[in-house]
Amino acid sequence: MKGKLILEDGSVFHGELLNNIKATGEVVFNTGMVGYQESLTDPSYCRQILTLTYPMVGNYGIADIFMQSRKSFVNGFVIGELCEHGSNWHYETSLADFLTKQGVPCLYNVDTRAVTRKIRNAGTMKGIIVSEDAAQTEIDELFAVPIKKDVVMEVTTPEAYTLESEKEDAPFVVAMDFGVKQNIIKSMHDLGFKITVVPAHTTAEEVLAMNPDGVFLSNGPGDPADVPEIVEEVKKLIGKKPIFGICLGHQLLALAMGAKTYKLKFGHRGTNQPVKDLRTGNVYISSQNHGYAVDEESLKDLPLTVTHINVNDGTVEGMRHNTLPIFSVQYHPEAAPGPDDNMYLFDEFWAMLKKGE
Amino acid sequence: MPKKANLKKVMVIGSGPIIIGQAAEFDYAGSQACRALKEEGLEVVLVNSNPATIMTDTHIADRVYIEPLTPEFLEEIISKERPDGLLATLGGQAGLNLAVQLSEKGVLEKYNVELLGTPLKAIERAEDRELFKETMQKLGEPIPESTIVEDVPSAVAFANEIGYPVIVRPAYTMGGTGGGIAENEEELVETVIKGLTYSMIGQVLIERSVAGWKEIEYEVMRDGHDNCITVCNMENFDPVGVHTGDSIVVAPSQTLTDHEYQMLRSASLRIIRELGIEGGCNAQYALDPNSNRYYVIEVNPRVSRSSALASKATGYPIAKVSAKIAIGYTLDEITNAVTQKTKACFEPALDYCVVKFPRWPFDKFVYADRTLGTQMKATGEVMSIDRHFEGAILKAARSLEIGVHRLHMDKMDAWDDARVKKNLARINDERIFVIAEALRRGIATVDEIHDITKVDKWFLYKIQNIATIENKLKDEALTPSLMLEAKNIGLADRSIAEITGKTADEVRTIRKTMHILPKYKMVDTCAAEFEAATPYYYSTFQAEEDEVRVSDARKVIVLGSGPIRIGQGVEFDYCSVHSVWALREMGIEAIIINNNPETVSTDFDISDRLYFEPLTAEDVLNIIDKENPEGVIVQFGGQTAINLAASLQKAGVKVFGTSVDDIDRAEDRERFDEVLTQTQIPRPQGISVTNLDDAVTGAAKIGYPVMVRPSYVLGGRAMEIVYNEAELRDYMSRAVKVTPDHPVLVDRYMQGTEVEVDGISDGVDVVIPGIMEHVERAGVHSGDSIAVYPPQTLSSKVIYTIIDYTKRLALSLHVKGLLNIQFVVVDGEVYIIEVNPRSSRTVPFLSKVTNVDMVGIATRIAMGHTLKELGYKSGLVPPKPYVAVKAPVFSFAKMTDVDIALGPEMKSTGEVMGIDYHYARALYKAIIGSGIHVPTKGCILFTVADKDKEEMKQLAKAFAELGFEICATEGTAKAIQSMGIDAEVVGKVHERSSDIIQMIKNGKINMVINTLTQGKHSAKDGFKIRRATVEHGIACLTSLDTAWEVLRVLSFMRERRLVYSLAIQDYVGGGDDLA
Repeated sequence: MKGKLILEDGSVFHGELLNNIKATGEVVFNTGMVGYQESLTDPSYCRQILTLTYPMVGNYGIADIFMQSRKSFVNGFVIGELCEHGSNWHYETSLADFLTKQGVPCLYNVDTRAVTRKIRNAGTMKGIIVSEDAAQTEIDELFAVPIKKDVVMEVTTPEAYTLESEKEDAPFVVAMDFGVKQNIIKSMHDLGFKITVVPAHTTAEEVLAMNPDGVFLSNGPGDPADVPEIVEEVKKLIGKKPIFGICLGHQLLALAMGAKTYKLKFGHRGTNQPVKDLRTGNVYISSQNHGYAVDEESLKDLPLTVTHINVNDGTVEGMRHNTLPIFSVQYHPEAAPGPDDNMYLFDEFWAMLKKGE
Repeated sequence: MPKKANLKKVMVIGSGPIIIGQAAEFDYAGSQACRALKEEGLEVVLVNSNPATIMTDTHIADRVYIEPLTPEFLEEIISKERPDGLLATLGGQAGLNLAVQLSEKGVLEKYNVELLGTPLKAIERAEDRELFKETMQKLGEPIPESTIVEDVPSAVAFANEIGYPVIVRPAYTMGGTGGGIAENEEELVETVIKGLTYSMIGQVLIERSVAGWKEIEYEVMRDGHDNCITVCNMENFDPVGVHTGDSIVVAPSQTLTDHEYQMLRSASLRIIRELGIEGGCNAQYALDPNSNRYYVIEVNPRVSRSSALASKATGYPIAKVSAKIAIGYTLDEITNAVTQKTKACFEPALDYCVVKFPRWPFDKFVYADRTLGTQMKATGEVMSIDRHFEGAILKAARSLEIGVHRLHMDKMDAWDDARVKKNLARINDERIFVIAEALRRGIATVDEIHDITKVDKWFLYKIQNIATIENKLKDEALTPSLMLEAKNIGLADRSIAEITGKTADEVRTIRKTMHILPKYKMVDTCAAEFEAATPYYYSTFQAEEDEVRVSDARKVIVLGSGPIRIGQGVEFDYCSVHSVWALREMGIEAIIINNNPETVSTDFDISDRLYFEPLTAEDVLNIIDKENPEGVIVQFGGQTAINLAASLQKAGVKVFGTSVDDIDRAEDRERFDEVLTQTQIPRPQGISVTNLDDAVTGAAKIGYPVMVRPSYVLGGRAMEIVYNEAELRDYMSRAVKVTPDHPVLVDRYMQGTEVEVDGISDGVDVVIPGIMEHVERAGVHSGDSIAVYPPQTLSSKVIYTIIDYTKRLALSLHVKGLLNIQFVVVDGEVYIIEVNPRSSRTVPFLSKVTNVDMVGIATRIAMGHTLKELGYKSGLVPPKPYVAVKAPVFSFAKMTDVDIALGPEMKSTGEVMGIDYHYARALYKAIIGSGIHVPTKGCILFTVADKDKEEMKQLAKAFAELGFEICATEGTAKAIQSMGIDAEVVGKVHERSSDIIQMIKNGKINMVINTLTQGKHSAKDGFKIRRATVEHGIACLTSLDTAWEVLRVLSFMRERRLVYSLAIQDYVGGGDDLA
C-alpha cells in the first residue's frame, strides 16, 4: 500500500508501506552501499528511522550470521527498491520477510537521495511513517509520540555472559554492553580475548570485582548526556583498569574525563569516512554511525590527546589518555558493515593489556 | 607547486593509436593528468602518436610531440627536452611497456629522469607472472594454479597435471591478445602457439580456469605515504570466462554481501601495499558463487579502462589524483574536485546503479567470430546510470546504436523457441538479448537460464522484471499507472510504442499529458552527504526530487558521439570537447550529452553541465525540456548526433549550424544529385535502387566494377566493390536490407587518387584549412588510407578545381560550420564521391597540423559569427612547409576470422601521425608508429591478382634491388621472372599442404604483398595467408600503393637519419633549423 515519510518540517516523501506499520523516530541516513542487515541490527540505530541512501536493498537477502544483535531496534526503515529476489549463497530469507518477522516499519520505493539531501541541509529531525491516506489527527498523534531516551537500557544485554578464550594467558576483558555490535565481541574474541559481556547498568564495583585485565566500553544508541549514571560508573573505572571505548563508549569516556559532547548536524553514518591517525599521519577508511561527537575544545585542559580526526570535517575521532592506559575511538574498527582497515585498534588494546601484566 | 621540489618539467607518455583493448580511456586519463600537472606549475612534455586525441592539443601540454612511440624516438625527445620526471602509468600498457624499455636501455638513468608514480619494481611484480605469483603467495592471496611456459610441451604437461579447462594468457600484452580458454589439448596447443607470438617476452601463463565464477574488480589508489582507498568495485554480469572488456559490468557490486565486499576490498589493499603502487591500480577477482573462496585473477599496476569507467561511475578523477600522487602528494592533501571541501582520501559512495555495456564491431565484421572469451573484441563501450539496474541496462542498450532500444533484437522474433533456448548456451555479444527473449516468452525459468549461463540469478530476475512489464504492455491498456510502471522500469517511449503499436511521438505526448517526466539526479561521489559543486547528472523516473538548477544564462547543448566504434572514434570526442570550449569562451553555457565513459567530453569539468544519458531523441528532448537551451549543436558528434537532427527539429528545437534540410540535401542521394547538377560538379555515375532487379539492371548499365552501399552510411558500413552480377546478387542478399525506406546506392567504381578536404563555411566565405591526398587509390575506405598533408602529387589545376568545388558545394548546401568532402581524381579530372556536412575524422589531424582551430571557428559560425569577423579569408590556407602523414591502425590481432584486405569497408580502429619536413621521414614515422613491422632484409612474398601483375612487376624489381629475396605464387612468380628477377615459386595454400602458411609460421617470410583475387579457391587462400601474417606479426600490404610507399620508406631508411623530433609547437610556430 502507499505510504509516506513526513518530517517535522513538513516535507513529505512518498513510497510503498510494507505491512502497514506506522512509526515515529529520529530520521537519519546511512550512505553505505552494502551491509543493510548489519545496519538494521546495529543497536546504535535504536529508536531511529534509518534511511539508506543507496537505492537497491535486499539484493543478497538475510542470513543469520550477519546479525549484529538479537533483533533490529530501528523504529523505521526507509529505502529505495526492496529487492524481491535476493541472490547469494548465504541467502536464508528475503529482506521483506525479515522486516515482517521483526515488525520493522518499512517504507520502500522512496527517493532516498532526496531524504538524504533534506537531512543533510536541515539536520536530523523527527519523522513519521504513515499510510498515504492517514488522517491529520493520526499524523499529529504520531508526531506527539516522544522519542524515548532510555535507549541504552532497551538494547543492552539482559544478562551477563562470557566467551572463553582458547588461548592460554588470554587477557580478560569486561565489556560493558551499551548496545554492542556482535562483530566487536567476535573481533576481540577471534583475537583471543576472554570476554565477559555485562549489562549497561553494571556498576564499577561489580566490574572491578571480576578483576578483568581491561574494560571495554561499547557502542550504543542515543545521546551520551542522557546516561549520566553510566558516566559516573565509568569515572570510577578510570585509573583502575586499562580502558578501550568505541563510539558511545568513547563519548562516555570523554564525559567521564570532564570533556563535553555535542550533537552533529546530521551525524556520520556510512562506510566511507576517512580517519587520520595523527600519530602516523596515515588515513584509514572507517565505518561510522554516530550523531554526537566529542568537543575538541573541551579536551584542551584535560590529560587527553586527540589521536584521530575525521579528514572530512576535522571532528575528533579518537583520543588517548596522556598517562593512563586508556584510549577510545568514535568509529567502528569492527566494521560490519564497512571496511576493516581499523582492526589494528583491537591489536593495540591487546598489546596494552599484555603490557599491563 | 609539486611536492617534489626537484620537478620542473615532466614528460607524459600517451597510449598511441586506438586499438581494441586500448581506446579513448587513455586520452581521458592523459589529458586529465596533463592538466593536473600544469595546475601545479609544471612544464609538461607530452608524447603520443595519435593525432585524434585531445591530449595532443597544444594547450593541454606545453610541448607536444606527435611521434612514434618507440624507445628510439622517446630517447631523442628526452635528450632534447631533458625532463626531470617521466609519468608513464597513464598511457595504458603501451606507455608502461615504453617506460620499462627506457629504463632497461638505461635511458632514464643516462638523462637523469625520475620515473614518477608507481616504481618499476612494482610494475614488474604485477606484470611478470612468476614475480606476481611469488608476491601473492607471500601475501597468502590465492591465485589459480598456474605455470609459465615458453614452449608447447610444457604447457601440455602442466594442463594434464591440473586438468582442463585451462586459460592461456600471454605475458605483457593488452586486451588479452592471443589468450584464450582451452578445453582440450588440441585447443591448448593452438592457443599457446598464438600466445607465444604475442607476448613481448615469449612467455605465456597456463592456469586453472574458474569460468563461471563471479568476476569482481576493485579500483584502488595508494599514495607514497601508504594511504590506500578503493574508488569503487564492479561486478560483471558475465561470469569469469569473458574478458572484462567484453563483459557487461555493474558498479557497485550487486550480489555481494558486506562480508564478501570487504573481503575482496581488504585483499586489494593488501595487494596494492605489497606491490608498492603509487597511483591507481586495478585488481580482478574470481569469487566462488557458492562459498567465500576467491582467486586473484589479475592486477593492473596502472590506470586502465576500468579506471576510466570507475572515474565516470563515481565522479572520482582517478587519473588526476594519480598524477598528483606521482608528484608527491598524499591522498589527504588532494582536494575532492567534486565537493571542493572534502579530500580525495575517502571512498566514493554511489546512490545509483551504473552499467557498462561493450560496443563490438560485429556490425562491420560480419564474418567475425562473435564468441566472447578471454580475448577482448569490443572497440568501445557505453555507460548508463539510473537508480536501479533495470533502468540502467535499458539505457545502455539504447546507447549502443546497434538498432536496439531495449533488450530485444528484431531478428529473434523469427526464431522458434528451440532456437532461442539453444542460443542461451552461446557466449557471444547477443547473449543478454537471448536471455531477455527467453524470459519474455516464458520458455525458460530464471533457474534454468542460470544453470546454462551461470549469470547470477539477481541479474536474471531483473531482466525478468523488464519482460514482465513488456508483456503487460502487450496485453493491457496503456493506463497512467501502466505507463508509470513502464517508465519506472526504464523502457523508452519508442519501446512502449513498439509494443503497444503506437508511434514514439504518440507515446511521448500521452506520457507528457500524464505528467510522467524524468527527474535528474547528481553524481557527486558521496551519495548526497556533502554538497557537490560539479554539475554531473543522470535521469531517472523513480524519483521525486529533481536536482538540476536551471540557469537563466545563454546556453547551448552539444551532442556527443557515443561509443567508440569503427568509423566513429575518439576524433569526434575531440570535436565535441572543442565545441564546448568555444562556447564557454563565448560566454555561453555549454551542456554536453554523451554516454561514453572513456572520453574527455564526459569528464565533469569540461562542460557547464554534463548529462550522462543515451543519445536518443527521447533522452535528448527530455533534457531540452528541462534545460530549455537556445538550441543544439549536432555537427561535432559524428553520425550519432547528425542522425538526431531531424527528430530534434521536428520537436521544435533549434539546430545551430547547417540546417537539417541542407544536411538532408547532402545525405539523400536524389537531392544531392540535384545539388551537383546545380553546381555543375561531376560524380561517378550511379543510381539509387530499392530492389534487387533494379540493382542488377542498373549495374549492367553503369558497367562493372561497381561500388555498392546502403544510403546513410557510417564509415563505409556494408560498402563493397563488386565485379560481376553474381557478386552483386550475393551482396544484395547478405549485406543490406533493401527496402523503399532503405535504398541501396550503385556507383561506378573509379580507380584514381582520392583526395579529402575539410572546409569551414559561414554561407558566404569558405575556408579550406588543408587538403589531404590519399596514398591508396579510391576503393580503399578513406579511414583506412594513408593521408598526406599537403598533397604531394596533385597539379595546381586539380587543387584549384578542388578548392572551387568545395566552395560551390559549401555555398550551395548553405553550410554553417564544417564540411568534409571526398574527391577522386582520374586523369586530371576531379569527381566528387561524398560530402559530409559535419565534422569529420580528419578534423583533429588537420587542426593540429595547420594550426587552425577548426571546431572553434565552426562553433562560432554556428552561433552566428562570420569568417570575416574571425579574420579568415575565403580559400585555401597556404600549405605549411612540412608534411604530415596520417596512417591507419588496425586491431586485426583481436579479431579472428576477419579479412584484413583493405577495401571500401572501413576496418581500422585508430590512427597515428608522422610529421616532418621530409615527406619520406614523415611517412616513415607514420608507418613505424602504426605498428607495421617493416623488414630491412629477408624475403618478401608476392601473390597478387592478375589485374595488378603489371604494376607489381616494377615493385618486385625495386624490392629486389634493395636486396630482398622474392618469392611468389606461380602466376605472380612468372610475371616477376619476366623482369629477369629471381623469384622462388611457392605453392598455393590449397595446392600443397599450406606451404605458404608454413613458411610464414617458420619465419621464412618477412613481409607479404597480396592483392584481392576473385574466385573461390584463391579468395580462401588469400584470406588464410593474410590471417597468418596477423597471427605471426608480419606486415601484409594489400594495396600496391601502400607497398610503393613502404618501398620509399625502406630506401629512405638507408640514406637518412631516422630519428628526428620536433614538438608540434615548433612546427606550427615556424622558425626551425630545417633538418
